[in-house]
Amino acid sequence: MDNIIEVKNLTKKFNGFIAVDNISFSVKKGEIFAFLGPNGAGKTTTIKMLTTLLNPTSGELAIDGFSSIDNRDKVRMTFGIVFQDPSLDDELTAYENMYFHSVLYKVPPAQIKPRIKELLEFVELWERKDELVKKFSGGMKRRLEIARGFLHHPKVLFLDEPTLGLDPQTTNHIWTYIKDLNQKEGITVFFTTHYMAEAEKIADKIAIIDHGKIIITGTLEELKNKTQKDTLEDAFLALTGKKLRDEEASNLELLRNRRKMRHH
Amino acid sequence: MSTIYILWLRQVTRYLRSRSRIVGSLAQPLLFLVALGFGFGPIFQKAGEGNYIDFLVPGVIAMSILFTSMFTGIEIIWDRQFGFLKETLVAPVSRLHIMIGRTLGGATVAMIQGIIIFLLSFIVGFYPHSLPLLPLAFIFMFLISIIFTALGTAIASKLEDMQGFQLIMNFLIMPTFFLSGALFPLKEVPRVLGIIVKLNPLAYGVDSIRGTLVMSSYFGLQTDLIVLIILAGILLSIGSYLFSKIQI
Repeated sequence: MDNIIEVKNLTKKFNGFIAVDNISFSVKKGEIFAFLGPNGAGKTTTIKMLTTLLNPTSGELAIDGFSSIDNRDKVRMTFGIVFQDPSLDDELTAYENMYFHSVLYKVPPAQIKPRIKELLEFVELWERKDELVKKFSGGMKRRLEIARGFLHHPKVLFLDEPTLGLDPQTTNHIWTYIKDLNQKEGITVFFTTHYMAEAEKIADKIAIIDHGKIIITGTLEELKNKTQKDTLEDAFLALTGKKLRDEEASNLELLRNRRKMRHH
Repeated sequence: MSTIYILWLRQVTRYLRSRSRIVGSLAQPLLFLVALGFGFGPIFQKAGEGNYIDFLVPGVIAMSILFTSMFTGIEIIWDRQFGFLKETLVAPVSRLHIMIGRTLGGATVAMIQGIIIFLLSFIVGFYPHSLPLLPLAFIFMFLISIIFTALGTAIASKLEDMQGFQLIMNFLIMPTFFLSGALFPLKEVPRVLGIIVKLNPLAYGVDSIRGTLVMSSYFGLQTDLIVLIILAGILLSIGSYLFSKIQI
């Protein structure tokens, strides 16, 4: 089978701090790949480099054979992404957000409406398509973003902590949608999460990253065998230690926290 | 083309949807028109400068365009904060087109604001002195809108959050407005002030609107046009360059 994501000797430094340290891995076509690690391990930075939002300091990365550095537009066409934080326009309706995405990704005009309808029905938001997104709950926004991520028939879907802060019902629904589309459309799924049970249940393959380095890659069974543990959670703790991690808040997080404080 | 269109459409849709913003942003220019227009009017007349409303309205139109276009440009910071910027940055379209679409959208919004002020000024007794020059006035307004939306975009591309915003407001937007000749004639100002005004892009904007609406231009419409077109070109280039370099 072909590798759809190929990462070689990838490194990212921020002002001397090494966020991602010479990592290499690959993801096979159609696979569900879990990318795990403690806070600040380098997960989001890796996703940002894969999705062309950040330039790597050194190394190579490619999606579907196209370099994320030299062939950005080709790469951008191949993936869909659901970010850690919402990335919808609150002042537009659900339908308008989907429509905006269709135009940017050059979905043929005749297919735009049926495709949006199909996906919004799939995530059970078609009834509310004309409501402004700012009126949606966190779970609804996440569902809308997942629908949007699938809109242009991507080959790879990136999900950065897609179920963070969602209730078990929504989480369950979201994974059902994703597994469904993974099987139906053969989409490769690359996701990060802090919920080990989730990764255990969903992922075909797991990689664990810590301090910017990948410490292990393999199937669930391989990970459990190598660490001599019964669950992924125990294996994860055995590999990454029990020490707490402090992540420095970015400017944006600081700002958001301040806003929250003001609202309370 | 479709990218430019959809980003333009987004800016305009958002604007038309926020009625409170439209009303709110009209209050200040109206206050300037009424308070300054009628307050300084008699003295201005006595000093032999003619009708102050005629003089002031083009300045206030320019002010309204300046504020609106700078804000729509700087809105990128909000998009960054609320995450929407990422959606546009990972899309398989050229960032130049994204930037142009946004800028045209912002400029359209600023232009609508300017036209609303222009129409409202009829209430305080203003009227355009030459109808044939009116289309030219709108072209000038659009040029000013482009210049300052692009400037806002360029600045916002380098800012991570809104902390720098107050700085921009006090050290860039306000001086640009007050030192543009929007409120006072440039004929007999002290030399240093005159030089500062001549270095201010908005001065040519105010002058061009004044030249086309009430037929009194200080620099000459030709100079205004050349200066504004060159500035629009430069700022669009800088804005696109900085926008294309954004990393998140």
